[in-house]
Amino acid sequence: MKWGFNKKNKTLPEYWSRYESLFLNPPKKTDLNTTTFVVLDTETTGFNYDKDRILCIGAVKVLNGYIDVNSAFEIYIKQDYFNEETIQIHGILKHDKLQTVTEEEAIILFLDYIQDAILVAHHTFFDLTMINTALNRLGLPNLKNKELDTMSIFKATRLKSNIIDQKKRYSLDELAEYYDIDLSDRHTASGDALITAIAFLRAVHTLVKTKQYTLKDLLKLK
Amino acid sequence: MKNTIAERVADFIKNFPPFDLLDKAQLLDISKEVKIKYLDKENVIYNVNDPLHDQFYMIYKGAVKLKKYINEKLETIDQFDEGDVFGLRPLFAKENYAITSITEEETILYCIPIDMFHQFIDHNKEVRKYLIESFASNTENPFSNEFQKKLLEDDVKLDFSKDMFEMQPVRLIKNVVTTKQTSSIKDAAKLMSKNNVGSIIIEDKECPIGIITDKDLRLHVATGNYSIDDEVSKIMIHPVMCYKKNITIAQAQITMMKHKINQIVVTKDGTPNSKILGVFSEHDIIVMKGTNPSVLMKAIKRSNSTKDLKRIREKIMMLLEGYVDQNIPLTHINNIIFELNDATIKRVIERCIEKMGQAPPVKFAWMSIGSQGRKEQLLHTDQDNAIIFENTDDDHLEEVRTYFLTLAKKVNKRLKTIGFEYCPGEMMAKNPKYCLSLDEWENQFSAWTRETGDEELLLCSIFFDFDITYGDPSLTNQLSDHVLEITKNNLIFQSKLGASSLRSPSPLGFFRQFLVEQDGEHKDHFDLKKRAIMPISDAGRLLAIHYQTKNINNTAERFEKLAELMPEDEELYLSCAYASKALLKFRTKHGLRHHDSGRFIALAELSKEEKMKLKRCFKAVSKVQELIKLKFNLKNFI
Repeated sequence: MKWGFNKKNKTLPEYWSRYESLFLNPPKKTDLNTTTFVVLDTETTGFNYDKDRILCIGAVKVLNGYIDVNSAFEIYIKQDYFNEETIQIHGILKHDKLQTVTEEEAIILFLDYIQDAILVAHHTFFDLTMINTALNRLGLPNLKNKELDTMSIFKATRLKSNIIDQKKRYSLDELAEYYDIDLSDRHTASGDALITAIAFLRAVHTLVKTKQYTLKDLLKLK
Repeated sequence: MKNTIAERVADFIKNFPPFDLLDKAQLLDISKEVKIKYLDKENVIYNVNDPLHDQFYMIYKGAVKLKKYINEKLETIDQFDEGDVFGLRPLFAKENYAITSITEEETILYCIPIDMFHQFIDHNKEVRKYLIESFASNTENPFSNEFQKKLLEDDVKLDFSKDMFEMQPVRLIKNVVTTKQTSSIKDAAKLMSKNNVGSIIIEDKECPIGIITDKDLRLHVATGNYSIDDEVSKIMIHPVMCYKKNITIAQAQITMMKHKINQIVVTKDGTPNSKILGVFSEHDIIVMKGTNPSVLMKAIKRSNSTKDLKRIREKIMMLLEGYVDQNIPLTHINNIIFELNDATIKRVIERCIEKMGQAPPVKFAWMSIGSQGRKEQLLHTDQDNAIIFENTDDDHLEEVRTYFLTLAKKVNKRLKTIGFEYCPGEMMAKNPKYCLSLDEWENQFSAWTRETGDEELLLCSIFFDFDITYGDPSLTNQLSDHVLEITKNNLIFQSKLGASSLRSPSPLGFFRQFLVEQDGEHKDHFDLKKRAIMPISDAGRLLAIHYQTKNINNTAERFEKLAELMPEDEELYLSCAYASKALLKFRTKHGLRHHDSGRFIALAELSKEEKMKLKRCFKAVSKVQELIKLKFNLKNFI
């Protein structure tokens, strides 16, 4: 593999083992209400997995149908690499007054925060690949959490009719419009995480109510 | 750690009492502890006698109704919407909840922990005062309850009508029309006409110093005593009768009777020396109570906000409920509800065009399609609509389309807020596929009828039932002519349409048993829409196309017309007309009973009489399906 991770000559840091140990036991039988979901969004310098870096991770926990504001996670990462083109989207400047941490510190806090929760994002693949690439840079393997994508969940709530383009990809803006969610703080990681979390609750509720979806069914969505 | 989400929450709650009394740091402290909860409609937040929660609630989105047992019946005593705080009981009392609170629509709540909040009550007198007052007016208060009981026991018999209407606080009209005392009577009258109101407040530094009503114009100006160029101060009535917020309807009515006025101005401290918060008129009482179509119609035409229209729509639903309960003939109900819905949509379009700040570049028409186009939409159902606009040259086509798409987006969004859900198939005017010029629509329809697959059939069955809601009827008329022309001798299309109308199986199985759904959420339920309403409206549409009846979309009316055209089958067609009305009524009744679309019906719930009635309707459905099989040579079907 490209990042040349090698088990033999490198012991993994303690924070990783602590995180990893959470996955040792086979998962307990859980349902939608007792499972913790971490809904997250990342702001990055761009869309290149190798070159670009994470600027900010915003996340919020959802448990038992509640979004807990107190559990919000928001962390800004010190940057060496900068891509001027994307600054106008997320407005995080290199020398902003925000308190920042190193990439490794961010990862430590993040792993400690998510534990074994199910990760939820809009277009999960992008955010998690960014995070995994950061892990790999530190010589760590990929995240072990289960994941859900609000895009697929939303799609499952739509009619399976050939009128709607089955390949259509719904943007977070479209979801927000559909569910009438306030778009302030759009393009800040935390703001987007909150929008995603509300859309997640509403879409999952629809699926449970109209199609008797269980957590297992959700995890099967592609 | 920075917490943007808490800041977001703080931003919202700071706009509403009691949080507007707190400083920024306090707001943020509270916001950090808030939990956000999403609830579907008709979801209980707490019930009477439930143990107290360790949190109270603020509505971020949606609406909640409070219910209470009055004479052993659960009645709605109050409704709350965005920014309102409720569930304060745990702050003041130790016993269980005294009322039930249920979401009225999809709702997002901010749950605020009691523990966290206690310190603010203890240290902030203003907050405490506000909370105690609002707790008292929420009728969660045992005192007011006792008080009412006592009133009832007295020798005077008071009619506390359902919902204790008179005890509700008045709902203020907040966009008050005002002018300065130096302006001329003429300008004031112009302002009144423009805003469609019967009175105008004369203000100075935001305080009310006088009021002029239609009556004053009649008394003083039309009689020639004053000229229209005189200053308004000459004829205004002053001082103005002012009241504090939260005055009840009963108080307002008494005041109006006592002073022979029909307007009350509400100011910040209840005197004419403070800021105007809103007005309340006799007319508004009627509207609040309003279950009278003509009052509702007037209210729709006067409404100036989506929120108003939403409230009016709730009234329309109440009206509908009442009509169905009283067994008023469906045709009558149908017409009234259709007209009210229609007026609502028209008003929304009108307001959106104003908001565009630019008149439409060419003539256009807003079309309702599907059930609404057939005038068969009684309950809250999806919005299906489309736009047709005048042909333009290619250079301007996209520019023109952009205008109408922007307009449609506004209209669709507001209709949703009012209660017309988005169409899950995205058949809405804001979809660029359904916002077309006359030529484009004609080509679209031609294409659908020329090469007809399943998708095209479905589209035809929705779009062919178009009806103009707003705009230029010549466009929709031309489109109707086009539909007649392309379907006239197109037997291939007709037989495909016929085949698709037979696809939903006959509603009655062997031994005249009902066919129920085999699995899923609606197991053992009967799908009224798929198995009865759709087959009969499909049949109606097909025959209407075949016999070229123009401009009739309503299924019952289509069959009545067919009966007239073909006396030999009169009996069958009339029975279909009857069935289509009966089925719709059936669906409406069930929908109202269960607060849903009324589509799925539990067989076990039906009385014997209802089952008999349904079976009679199904007989008509299977007979007309037989006729279609023969007529369009579809013997191989089913």
